[in-house]
Amino acid sequence: MTGLHTLLQKELLRFLKVGFQTVAAPVVTALLYLLIFSHAFTAHMQVYGHVPYTAFLIPGLMMMSVLQNAFANTSSSLIQSKITGNLVFVLLSPLKPWELFVAYVGASVLRGLIVGAGVLLVTAWFVPLSFVYPLWILVFAVLGASMLGALGLIAGIWAEKFDQMAAFQNFIITPATFLSGVFYSVHTLPGFWKVASHLNPFFYLIDGFRYGFFGAGDVSPWISLIAALLGNLLCGGIAMMMLMRGTKLRN
Amino acid sequence: MTSTAAVSFDHVEKRYGQHSAVDGVVLDIAEGEFFGLLGPNGAGKTTLISMLAGLTRPTSGRVLVQGHDVQLDAAAARRLLGVVPQELVFDPFFTVRQVLRIQSGYFGFRRNEAWIDELLHNLGLTVQADKNMRALSGGMKRRVMVAQALVHRPQVIVLDEPTAGVDVELRQSLWEFIARLNAEGHTVLLTTHYLEEAEALCKRIAVIKSGKVVALDRTEALLQRFAASVLYFRLVKGKLPDGLGVEQGGRVALPVRGAEDVEHQLAALRQAGCEIDELELRRADLEDVFLELIGAFR
Repeated sequence: MTGLHTLLQKELLRFLKVGFQTVAAPVVTALLYLLIFSHAFTAHMQVYGHVPYTAFLIPGLMMMSVLQNAFANTSSSLIQSKITGNLVFVLLSPLKPWELFVAYVGASVLRGLIVGAGVLLVTAWFVPLSFVYPLWILVFAVLGASMLGALGLIAGIWAEKFDQMAAFQNFIITPATFLSGVFYSVHTLPGFWKVASHLNPFFYLIDGFRYGFFGAGDVSPWISLIAALLGNLLCGGIAMMMLMRGTKLRN
Repeated sequence: MTSTAAVSFDHVEKRYGQHSAVDGVVLDIAEGEFFGLLGPNGAGKTTLISMLAGLTRPTSGRVLVQGHDVQLDAAAARRLLGVVPQELVFDPFFTVRQVLRIQSGYFGFRRNEAWIDELLHNLGLTVQADKNMRALSGGMKRRVMVAQALVHRPQVIVLDEPTAGVDVELRQSLWEFIARLNAEGHTVLLTTHYLEEAEALCKRIAVIKSGKVVALDRTEALLQRFAASVLYFRLVKGKLPDGLGVEQGGRVALPVRGAEDVEHQLAALRQAGCEIDELELRRADLEDVFLELIGAFR
């Protein structure tokens, strides 16, 4: 276990050493979204009949930050150490594929949760927030972070240049998180977009997470849980397969 | 192949499409040996080392470290191996000591301070211990890579061109340290371009060319087996007959196998209309053997 523990600790140190960039910056970004959108919409809408828009927005922003940062952690660590070449020190070690997986994804989950907690800390005083089912909140935060951590692992192993990684981030992760109901309830969308949102796996992560706060959501939390578990199985499975086969790591 | 060999390449082949980077290498390195792997650029040395390190998969054949297959029993094999990669790489996030602690941790050593201190001392890194890797010169970074390969006291130490572009001082102290580890029973496998290093250190040498082992013998035997001496001269007039000798920095080197051969070669030169000057006869060193083997001579 010492090997796994060491890699996990190293991955944590890696992002904590640049905490302004990896923790403070996404928290500030989320705060800016909150200030702008709540100013624009609070007077005009309530969600689920009783939830003020600002309160609705906060869990969405939290989860968006959790997902994006969990993805960023594994993907940037992998691509950086691949391009600088120092990944070789991990590859020369006796760490097994599952240990690499747990350490990399574990660090991603922790970064996601720290950033998520940071967003909560700076936004919570804007509006009274309820925490109806805290366990759902935690379950979806962890499952969302681990799914995106695994996805970041896949992207980090697959990408050979920073450019490819930026494409993955900008054309897949960012649109998928933005269009998953962070800023609105998908019930309010016209037909096509509503269907499209239901096909977006990130929608279930955010909806289930939000259910934990308000006890209400666009779909049942159980459906969201199944979607989150399937997403984890798929992303985790692919990432593990890549690590076991040494895809793009051991030629 | 014997199960007691420290390293065993068993009919190892690596193909990239039509090209064979390593072509059926069979090679055993005994425990405690100081072994040299020589060859020109692109001969397949680094591919062979990469397969030993588990960074590259053989197309066929297998590589064993003290009987452990590097593919099937990877964790056990890697515990026995300490590899210094050829390329200069480092983690810019950490200090020298942090890097060595992390590397120790990967191998399951939680408290390794005494050995880390010894490594730092022997590699002249004590003053640099708390400096960030980014702040180190190239030579210092290379020393850290050597220390990283040794944190877990591996039985087999693999050095892939460890002194390329490194200052004389490090070369000296590095070899003293590695020789000491070898004397303590560690097996050392070295690839190098500095032939005088291989000649001074390695007890046995394999020369590879185009992915194949073209010579494998004790260093002294290699020196004896090939050209006993080399004739050096400056060409004043005429053109060297094809395949006779090789030009090296304005002078010509011509391998000879004894007094009779000297006469024979000089006659051949005369016949070709060559006039020569500054004639010198020198005992062959590994460089001459090497040049002869890879086909620069004849």
